[in-house]
Amino acid sequence: MTAAGADLTLRHPVQRFRLENGLRVVLAPDRSVPVVAVTVSYDVGMRNEPQGRTGFAHLFEHMMFQGSANVPKMEHARLVQAAGGTFNGSTHQDYTNYYEALPAEALERALFLEADRMAAPAITPENLRNQIDVVKEEIRVNVLNRPYGAFPWLQLPQIAFESFANTHDGYGSFVDLESSTVDDALDFFHRYYAPGNAVLCLGGDLDVEETERLVRRWFGPIEARDVPPTPPTGEPSPTAARSGVEEDRLAPAPAVAIGWRVPDPVGDLDTYLGTVLLAELLSEGDASRLERRLVHDDQLAVAQSSYVGLFGDPFDVRDATLLTTQVHHPAAVSAEQVLTAVHEEVARIAADGVGAAELARVQARTEAQLLRQADSVLGRTLAFATAELIHGRAELAGELAARLASVTPEQVQVAARGLDPGTAAVLELRATGGAR
Amino acid sequence: MSAPDLGLVPPLGEPRPQPELAVTEATLATGLRLVVVPRPGVPLVELRLRVPFAAPTARAAAQHAARASVLSGAVLLGTTAHDATGIAQALQTHGGELSVSADPDRLLFATTLLAEGLAPVLGVLAEVLTSATYPADLVEGERARVAERISIARSQPGVIARTALAARRYGTHPYAEQLPSPELVGGVRGQALRKLHRDRVLPAGSTLVLVGDLDPAAAVDAAAAALGGWTGEGTAIAAPPAPQLAPGHLEVVDRPGAVQSNLRLGGPAPARTDPDLPAVRLANMVYGGYFSSRLVENIRERRGYSYSPRSSVDHLAAASSFLVEADVATEVTAPALLETWYELGRMALVPVGADELDAARRYVLGSMALSTATHAGLASTLSALVGAGLPPGWLTEHQRALAGVTVDEVQAAARRYLQPAGLTAVVVGDAERVTGPLRALGPVDVTASAAATGPA
Repeated sequence: MTAAGADLTLRHPVQRFRLENGLRVVLAPDRSVPVVAVTVSYDVGMRNEPQGRTGFAHLFEHMMFQGSANVPKMEHARLVQAAGGTFNGSTHQDYTNYYEALPAEALERALFLEADRMAAPAITPENLRNQIDVVKEEIRVNVLNRPYGAFPWLQLPQIAFESFANTHDGYGSFVDLESSTVDDALDFFHRYYAPGNAVLCLGGDLDVEETERLVRRWFGPIEARDVPPTPPTGEPSPTAARSGVEEDRLAPAPAVAIGWRVPDPVGDLDTYLGTVLLAELLSEGDASRLERRLVHDDQLAVAQSSYVGLFGDPFDVRDATLLTTQVHHPAAVSAEQVLTAVHEEVARIAADGVGAAELARVQARTEAQLLRQADSVLGRTLAFATAELIHGRAELAGELAARLASVTPEQVQVAARGLDPGTAAVLELRATGGAR
Repeated sequence: MSAPDLGLVPPLGEPRPQPELAVTEATLATGLRLVVVPRPGVPLVELRLRVPFAAPTARAAAQHAARASVLSGAVLLGTTAHDATGIAQALQTHGGELSVSADPDRLLFATTLLAEGLAPVLGVLAEVLTSATYPADLVEGERARVAERISIARSQPGVIARTALAARRYGTHPYAEQLPSPELVGGVRGQALRKLHRDRVLPAGSTLVLVGDLDPAAAVDAAAAALGGWTGEGTAIAAPPAPQLAPGHLEVVDRPGAVQSNLRLGGPAPARTDPDLPAVRLANMVYGGYFSSRLVENIRERRGYSYSPRSSVDHLAAASSFLVEADVATEVTAPALLETWYELGRMALVPVGADELDAARRYVLGSMALSTATHAGLASTLSALVGAGLPPGWLTEHQRALAGVTVDEVQAAARRYLQPAGLTAVVVGDAERVTGPLRALGPVDVTASAAATGPA
């Protein structure tokens, strides 16, 4: 364990308790700055959506900001922001979270707001109609009206996976969004937003005893409801290469993404950590293997990146997931040339391994990035929340720097052997709009 | 559902004191200014070196922007002692990765690093500053990549809109140049970069900010030891004063087939040193600066026209701006612009509520505290302020000024800076579908998309 990793683990001891209604509560106090973070994570995400309701987890996230039993529309935002705080929410594959970062004196107000919408969000026809429109504009901004919109996260899973849970469009089709009803939203709320299906994680300038009293005061009265079982999202490993083509009429130049199935992030964490460092070694910074080969030496690429997890956070996903390598290349270079070079670099690591010095550098960089995330009260608190929800152990977030620092060159070599061209999923983006 | 009872909302507790900033300042004999701040928190240091890098004249601006865009990548391609990989590895050993970025005012060298690596990372920085070689073959590769990235950026509707607005507002001033042309970039040579580096990457006028887990005296010594040999003749060049062009007609930039229109409005705002700034910042918040604003309530939460409408106050060295942005569905383009103007007009003509002002004020103060509560946030904020010629203590003074702004002052500021008649407006969208309805609001000029440049 490096000195910095030890420091991070020790400075943020985690405490937890559970309310009668099943709500799991995690406290990560640190009184060095007068800021608190309040986060509620529900164990429901894009992968839980039923057929015909694509995009519903995200649409429902929007509905949670429309007011609640004791909070009129717009007032949730006003009560947080007029206290000097910021807020947001986000929908992921396996969970949905809501969070505020505030001056410490606003802690109880934020607890009240989260409890009020956990008990009774304002799901009305007007609010639903309004938020369907807003979500459609969000999709137009991020997907339909821009080049490379949602490349490759919307299209690559359709090639890489088999099940509806793993392949469908998590932003949602306009047809599904338009046909969503208040009853759908009420059903979704009752099924997935039970207190027993959530983690409340608080970090920053907290007095532990007082905070527990406030949590019990505001969340204690919420009635318990049945908690749905976590649906399995794992799939058998692929046995063949798959590929697909996306035509983008707005893009001026092509791109390609390769997705490889990786070990179970939860069930096989030790092996998975080797994969996480492999992605860093491949693509992070000017010293990385693919930056040198694709961008500098062979000049095949304009930009490249590799990451584990659909949205780039390797520790916020359950099985099944991918290591994705994404490359933007000039039209004069074929996707085939790029793929050949990428596979050669991976094969080189699989055959020859990596030197201890190279891996140590990658580990130092990874550690710095984890520490940087942990420097923000909100960033740290969200990491604890996700570790509790996905891995059942908030402490894991504090231990990751040390766990990654102890990964061996052999583990990275094993991870590279798992990236077999014969089982990779490839998505080519073709720029079909011409020079406009 | 029963009527909401806001009486249940818990009151706020007593504010807890913000930690005081302990700023150490020093200036090396070469003119390099050092700003060092120790902070509790993670064992990291954040480094920001800001080098003034404005175009010397309006005539040279396009060429300068092209060279700056290549230089910011090529400066890391090799020194007399190391190649690009060697430089990257030396930084990575200490958790660092140097990013170099150029804007119309400056070059910024930035990295995070593990605290133990401060001296060696400063050594690598010094090596890059004093002996970057710009090898011809590697510069050719870099300029081709930059040209390709620029043509990709120019296909983004947000970039098209920003470029059109800047061209309209700044005319021939260098600030009109949002992205250099791929053609000029394609002609940049190593020799020109070596000259540009020699002439303009100078310690005089530059500022090094270090924030995090450090001992201030030791950090100043380490910086002096590493960077004392970075010398150079010449003085920093600042951008010439920006013109204030009359708004003119609404411009529609045609983007055939677009499913959305990008509305952009902009006009002058007070500079950081102008006593009107606090009032304008608060007027901006009430209008569209945060979620609890009039613009968001109107065109997002009431009408569903837009996902993320917003306004902001932005500072460049020679021009500050009030900006409004909204991306809206093509079919509601004109109604959305009407509501955007309506809310601006209301700001200019009718006093804001005292509660609205207080909410905006608390948010600005709270979010400033949040954004400077991390090493990275504080380092970037200080780099921008000190680089703009302000003392580090400006932050505290500005907070005090915000606390004293009255409703009348906000209205006077809004009347001057937020009035719709004073703002230049651009809409990027499908001209065939949006121009007719927009003409109901006033005269419209239609232009072809500036994105018609193919990949280099």
